[in-house]
Amino acid sequence: MLMKWLKQLGPLLALIVMIALLSAASPYFFTVENLFNIFRQSSVNALLALGQLLVIITAGIDLSVGSILALCTVVAAKCLKAGLPVATSLVIALGTGAFVGWVNGILLTKLKLPHPFISTLGTMNVARGLALIISGGFPISDLPESFRVWGAESLGFVPVPVLVVVLIYLGFHFFLSQTVAGRDIYAIGGNKQAAFYSGIPVNKRLVLVYLLSGLLAGVAAIILAGRMNSGFPLAGTGAELDAIAAVIIGGASFFGGVGNVWGTLVGALIMGVLRNGLNLLDVSTYWQTVVIGAIIVWAVWIDVLRQRFAK
Amino acid sequence: MEVDLLNITKSYARNTVVNDVSMKIESGTIHGLVGENGAGKSTLMKILIGVEYADNGSVLVEGKTRIWKSPLDARNAGIAMVFQELSLVPALTVVENMFLGQLFRKASRTVDWPAMQAKAQSILSELDPEIDCGKRVDELQLAQQQLVEIARALAQQARLIILDEPTSALSENEARKLFDHLRNLRDKGVAIVFITHRLQDVFQICQHVTILRDGALIRSCPIAELDMDAMIADMVGREMNEQFPKRETDSDISQNPVALEVRGAGDGVHFREVSFSVRKGEILGFAGLAGSGRTELLEAIFGAADLPRGEITLFGKALRLDSPTRAVRAGLGLIADDRKTKSLVLDKEVDFNLNMSSQHKYATRWGRRIKEQEKHAAHRLSESLHLKTTGLDQFVLNLSGGNQQKVAIGKTLNSDASVLIFDEPTRGVDVGAKREIYFLLRRLAQQGTAIILISSELEEILGLSDRIVVLHDGRIAGELDAADATQEEIVRLAVGA
Repeated sequence: MLMKWLKQLGPLLALIVMIALLSAASPYFFTVENLFNIFRQSSVNALLALGQLLVIITAGIDLSVGSILALCTVVAAKCLKAGLPVATSLVIALGTGAFVGWVNGILLTKLKLPHPFISTLGTMNVARGLALIISGGFPISDLPESFRVWGAESLGFVPVPVLVVVLIYLGFHFFLSQTVAGRDIYAIGGNKQAAFYSGIPVNKRLVLVYLLSGLLAGVAAIILAGRMNSGFPLAGTGAELDAIAAVIIGGASFFGGVGNVWGTLVGALIMGVLRNGLNLLDVSTYWQTVVIGAIIVWAVWIDVLRQRFAK
Repeated sequence: MEVDLLNITKSYARNTVVNDVSMKIESGTIHGLVGENGAGKSTLMKILIGVEYADNGSVLVEGKTRIWKSPLDARNAGIAMVFQELSLVPALTVVENMFLGQLFRKASRTVDWPAMQAKAQSILSELDPEIDCGKRVDELQLAQQQLVEIARALAQQARLIILDEPTSALSENEARKLFDHLRNLRDKGVAIVFITHRLQDVFQICQHVTILRDGALIRSCPIAELDMDAMIADMVGREMNEQFPKRETDSDISQNPVALEVRGAGDGVHFREVSFSVRKGEILGFAGLAGSGRTELLEAIFGAADLPRGEITLFGKALRLDSPTRAVRAGLGLIADDRKTKSLVLDKEVDFNLNMSSQHKYATRWGRRIKEQEKHAAHRLSESLHLKTTGLDQFVLNLSGGNQQKVAIGKTLNSDASVLIFDEPTRGVDVGAKREIYFLLRRLAQQGTAIILISSELEEILGLSDRIVVLHDGRIAGELDAADATQEEIVRLAVGA
């Protein structure tokens, strides 16, 4: 029981320790403004990681989310520039993300590509290429004020992206823990064949999972485009790997069947806190990358130790 | 080679799994080692091969006390074990597997393939000349793979070979062949320890038998000194008067409505033109050799594989089952032949597994789970199946084979199926749990479930079925009334004679 709690709370403890250390190291760190700032900066990664979490629970991987992110920012910007209403543009951008995600699912389940690494590697390149084609390779800037609300505004003192992330996380927590489809996803990741023989609609669920991952990348794109005030075809380069890192730091098993949304949120925040804190301490971004890498290895190593200790 | 185990004791934490056990393994004999799951057989053998250390007691080889610092020491002394889950590398050839970790080298330090090939060929020719040592292991049949494991042991100069459940995945025919090879080895002076749940095997080939129960030695004697009933009684610690439940003589199931009817089923590869039906409350046995197409047939009916030809009706209603999802919804349940790969999520809790097949039974129309109902169902199943767990949150991985199988069965029962297909439901399950499963099947039938039972154990088929269908080479070779069927008759049909 203690072990179970430690596993659940391990990443949270790490986050708290990190916040404590950084608060001591820099007077600018522990302020309401800065903490919200961190959360806002983490929101794109948090959304991508949430989609990635679903995929990783099924023992899969989604390499395309960074490219979908870019494609959706470009599509949204292009629609807005063409004079479409904001709502329509949002729907088209989200639909684009969901569609690419759906394609990922179909490639995996209908075309039966041997591993999602391959199918999403393909769509990763296709989506990035499309983003470059549609935009001509240049950022599409100066978006309408009413669109930028999603990325740049605040409701009271809470940034809109933070609100969006919290609401979506609550929704997905409900989905994973309270619905039949959610439980099925864990079963598929735990033993796909057993899930199949149990009558779980494995392919349907897998398509749904990849679709949701693409859709969440679309949501992230709207926040990002709003914040950057542009659609940017090179946005999110490598973002899929940050998302995977957040999921793994958050305690999900790379082999499927294990993971929860709060761990992933904490994982995304740990990465955000680190980047922010190291910035305040004037550590170069090059070194930040080294630290993030070390944290990933360290987090998983702790998990390995814990499992060995549990036996 | 003569090996003595003297007063071996081994505990994990406060749990004594082997308690003061002594046994003598003589050269040129096949020594049966039997006992229920958890009786301590595997631990005792792991101590013998140096994988585990004994807390107390000693291992004597040819009268001299030996202490293994690692499994390598035991292997160098000529002791080898063939595990139930084979440890071959599927993508490598037979030769490569046989000499894995100890390839022959030439003076130039490069691998000496011709020498190994020659050695492998000479060992294999005595076991099974049909095995081509240049073939990849995954191209061989399971029985042949097992022989390759034995050949590997021989290539390492093993003089004592321990076989863990070698026949559990073999057909009767393949098992018979394996026994011939084992007798051959025995006559050459090799000592063999044979761990098995199939007690009839012990009487077929063992000269000596050792019985363990709860970690303690119950008996070690020549096989001639006891019969099946005595052996079972020793294993379970009580009289086992009836292994199989009695049929209700007064109920006449031939008047019951037909539950499942299959006409002209064929997949073009494993089975052709198969037609049969099973009534409500009936147990229909499917006999046949391994490879006769039984598993493929029933999995196709369940929607787990393509069924290009054939009609299926369930209680008179035509069905198109293209996925297990539909089959489960229509009221079919399959307890698959391999619980670890096809039935269970080993890294999840008992109650998670028990609720995996119940789909939307314990959920609102919108798919929101009603967890109290799930918990309740899990409790009910756990009680009615006599599951031995530390709680419903125990991981299935940590259950014994028999209890895992009960979870697999419980999962399927939870879907309220009206037709249940049991594919080898007692494989790798100890005697006590076997008996419970037999009685469960009969009880389910009495409650009106139509049951299809696939089994490679003829006694099981004969002891449980109301009617028996025998498959040979993908076709129905005959149908027998269980009341007057005999083992000989089934075997004759199964081999196509």
